[in-house]
Amino acid sequence: MEQGLKVERISKVFPGTKALDNVDLHVSYGKVTVLVGENGAGKSVLMKVLSGVYQPDGGQMWLDGESYHPTGPTEATERGIVLINQELSLLPNLSVEENIFLGRQPMRGLAIDRKTMRREASSLLKQVGLEVDPSTIAGKLSVAVQQQVEIAKALSQKPRLLIFDEATASLGEDETERLYGIVSKLKSDNVGIVWITHRLIEIPRVGDNLVVFRDGQLVHSWDHINVPESEIIMAMVGRSLESIFKVPHEPADRTLLEVQGFSQTPYFEAVNFSLRAGEILGIAGLVGSGRTRLARALAGVSIAGAGTVSLNGKTIRIRTPKDAVDAGIVLVPEDRKDQGVAQIMTVQDNLMMPSLYSMGPLLRFGLMKNVAKDLAEKLKVKGHLHQVTATLSGGNKQKIVIAKWLPLNPKVLIFDEPTRGIDVGARASVYETIRGLAESGVGIIVISSELPEVLGLSNRILVMNKGRQTGILDRSKATEQAVMTLAVR
Amino acid sequence: MTIETAPKPTTSVGGAQRSWRDLLPSAAGPLIALILLITASSFMSDSFLTLTNIFNIGQQVAVLAILALGGTAVILIGGIDLSVGSVVGLSGAICGYVYVVLHQPIWIAALAALVVGLAAGTINGALITVWKLPPFIATLAMLSVARGLSLVVLDGKPLSGFPDGFRNLAIYYFGGIVPSAVVVVVVVFAIGIAYLKWRPSGRALYAIGGNEEVARLSGLPVNRLKISVYALAGVMAGIGGLLLTARLDSAQPTAGTGLELDVIAAVVIGGASLTGGVGTLSGTVFGVLIIGVLRNGLNLLNVSSFWQQVIIGVVIAVAILIENFRLRSKKAKQLGSKKAKPGRKSTTQGMEG
Repeated sequence: MEQGLKVERISKVFPGTKALDNVDLHVSYGKVTVLVGENGAGKSVLMKVLSGVYQPDGGQMWLDGESYHPTGPTEATERGIVLINQELSLLPNLSVEENIFLGRQPMRGLAIDRKTMRREASSLLKQVGLEVDPSTIAGKLSVAVQQQVEIAKALSQKPRLLIFDEATASLGEDETERLYGIVSKLKSDNVGIVWITHRLIEIPRVGDNLVVFRDGQLVHSWDHINVPESEIIMAMVGRSLESIFKVPHEPADRTLLEVQGFSQTPYFEAVNFSLRAGEILGIAGLVGSGRTRLARALAGVSIAGAGTVSLNGKTIRIRTPKDAVDAGIVLVPEDRKDQGVAQIMTVQDNLMMPSLYSMGPLLRFGLMKNVAKDLAEKLKVKGHLHQVTATLSGGNKQKIVIAKWLPLNPKVLIFDEPTRGIDVGARASVYETIRGLAESGVGIIVISSELPEVLGLSNRILVMNKGRQTGILDRSKATEQAVMTLAVR
Repeated sequence: MTIETAPKPTTSVGGAQRSWRDLLPSAAGPLIALILLITASSFMSDSFLTLTNIFNIGQQVAVLAILALGGTAVILIGGIDLSVGSVVGLSGAICGYVYVVLHQPIWIAALAALVVGLAAGTINGALITVWKLPPFIATLAMLSVARGLSLVVLDGKPLSGFPDGFRNLAIYYFGGIVPSAVVVVVVVFAIGIAYLKWRPSGRALYAIGGNEEVARLSGLPVNRLKISVYALAGVMAGIGGLLLTARLDSAQPTAGTGLELDVIAAVVIGGASLTGGVGTLSGTVFGVLIIGVLRNGLNLLNVSSFWQQVIIGVVIAVAILIENFRLRSKKAKQLGSKKAKPGRKSTTQGMEG
């Protein structure tokens, strides 16, 4: 009888796509299997099949030699398999302990045994290394802390197999280290672990063996982790990374945007840089370094406390998004689902939204349709103009967010994590668009947590750490090492 | 499989063809319901389908219709206005006070009524945009304040003595048949429909209702538009107050009580979504007429007004059920899966990781 979880020829089909294609996988107790792959490769789908959220369309699963076919997450949990989601699923209006024991509160007769709940919650939180009062309301906690509460919740279910799906996505360095420690301890308790990530640096820290997904298939597996990075990337992407990034063109000499002494306490302070026409300035830094706050302040979404911003030599006052947009500074936000597109509106409506007031006193429907059609074609948006935007893929939504600004002829385009959650194909398309815009003289600022992306795109890289600007690197001097050094200084 | 096209359910889904259903305006549903209702009523009572009765209905729902125009705009941006009924009462009260007690010319009294409506609406708008009060709370407070002020101004008693010219607002018949109230409604709605369709601000309201933050980030003047919408609702309430006062030939302190709920009912039956971004003025017209025809028909059948209220409540619920069903199947068709339901993780969400 084989111990652990074994799946054979698992398939899962969604309308229009085969999300999982004959996947075989074996997870042993006491070991960490690292699963890497680009977004959309199928990792999360497989995990949802394993944890009972989805039903497979084909294939078999065995747990310790016995047939395993959970009809829902509850059954999976009963059999000892727990998934820690990428997306936070805590109920923000309930307390930490209520969240941990949701639906499974310790009872004393007819009433909830609050003393036991408090005691057990405290012990779990201590295990995870959190010093939070269990009665704190979950919604008040930071994303990183919420993620750790999720881990505590998973631990409370006494799992035999724990699946971490991009668990470090919102964690800072210290919290990540602590998480590695928890994983170590779980291993020694003979818990089997699946660790999903797209950050290759995590592999040597936690992994025992490595599996690569691409396009719904398990393309390669190793029973060790000493695999050269280039080989892993090759398996993930199907081609070498260099070909996605072309060398950016030389920007013009004239200064387009000048930012001095830009501050917004307590999020960032004393940011100084200038942006030339046609230049791509990358902004790198760890999670929480203030980059998004900086972008939002430049775009008028929030108000900076101090500093000056001048465009083409003229100082401008930015207090609302309208001020920024009117001046020619536009933002492609980090959260495209809620801030980039209006999900319930059609593709055309979203594309034309910023242009509503630039057509004169009366709207011109023929013109709007033609402009929208033009934009969709230019950026290769796969969708019909009258389609509801919510039904488009992440990559296409992002293209809409970028395209909608073009009719306004913006001077500066700020991208915040432009390719998060987008598959490789659409990613290349977004890079092409960014390059094209730079070549036409637009100033570009790209915030990204993906070092290869920042290094590949930018003429210069501004690095931030905890709200301070730690340096600006020229492309010729920018290496992963150099950037990381500045990011943690 | 090439790298270029990773497997994602993008647009092969949804089809290149729009079904005939998509081409119909969203107001088609309420229109069909209205036609059915009229047909049924004309069978059940001989006196229904007469010109007099039709215009009777028009006159009865005129005030509701005018308020519902403002209500549509408010609901379009995802807001709500519970104060319109009270503002109707307050405007009428002010009109009465200025004319009868302060002895000012009637046109100044009417103007004062409109200014009061505008002020009430603008205060609502400011509370909601600048001080960030939830619309429900802000307009609930105004409901109370406006009603209280009407009682104060009229000292709790009705006020009469309006000139004939003023009464004509409500009881004049053009060519002997078409009530002036109906003419007012037609004019106001014609302007409204044109505005929503042709003006950038009109389209911008849909954007705000669709996603206010996205609209704001797109550089649209969101705060200005929101305040204007609530101000508009206030002015409409002012006009409604004048019409009602003219019809009754007296300013009543309790005039308009409960109207705001009828407004919401009419707008929602007409196809608007309470979460915003969906709805049309023509739909609202049909919604108003459905309520009017229902009441009128039930009256002709001698159904008690108590039961009428029950029936109207049921109609509202059914209207929403039908609308939900329509939206659900539309989204399911576009996603290509018969199982897609709102609230369940859709396929695109799952893939985005």
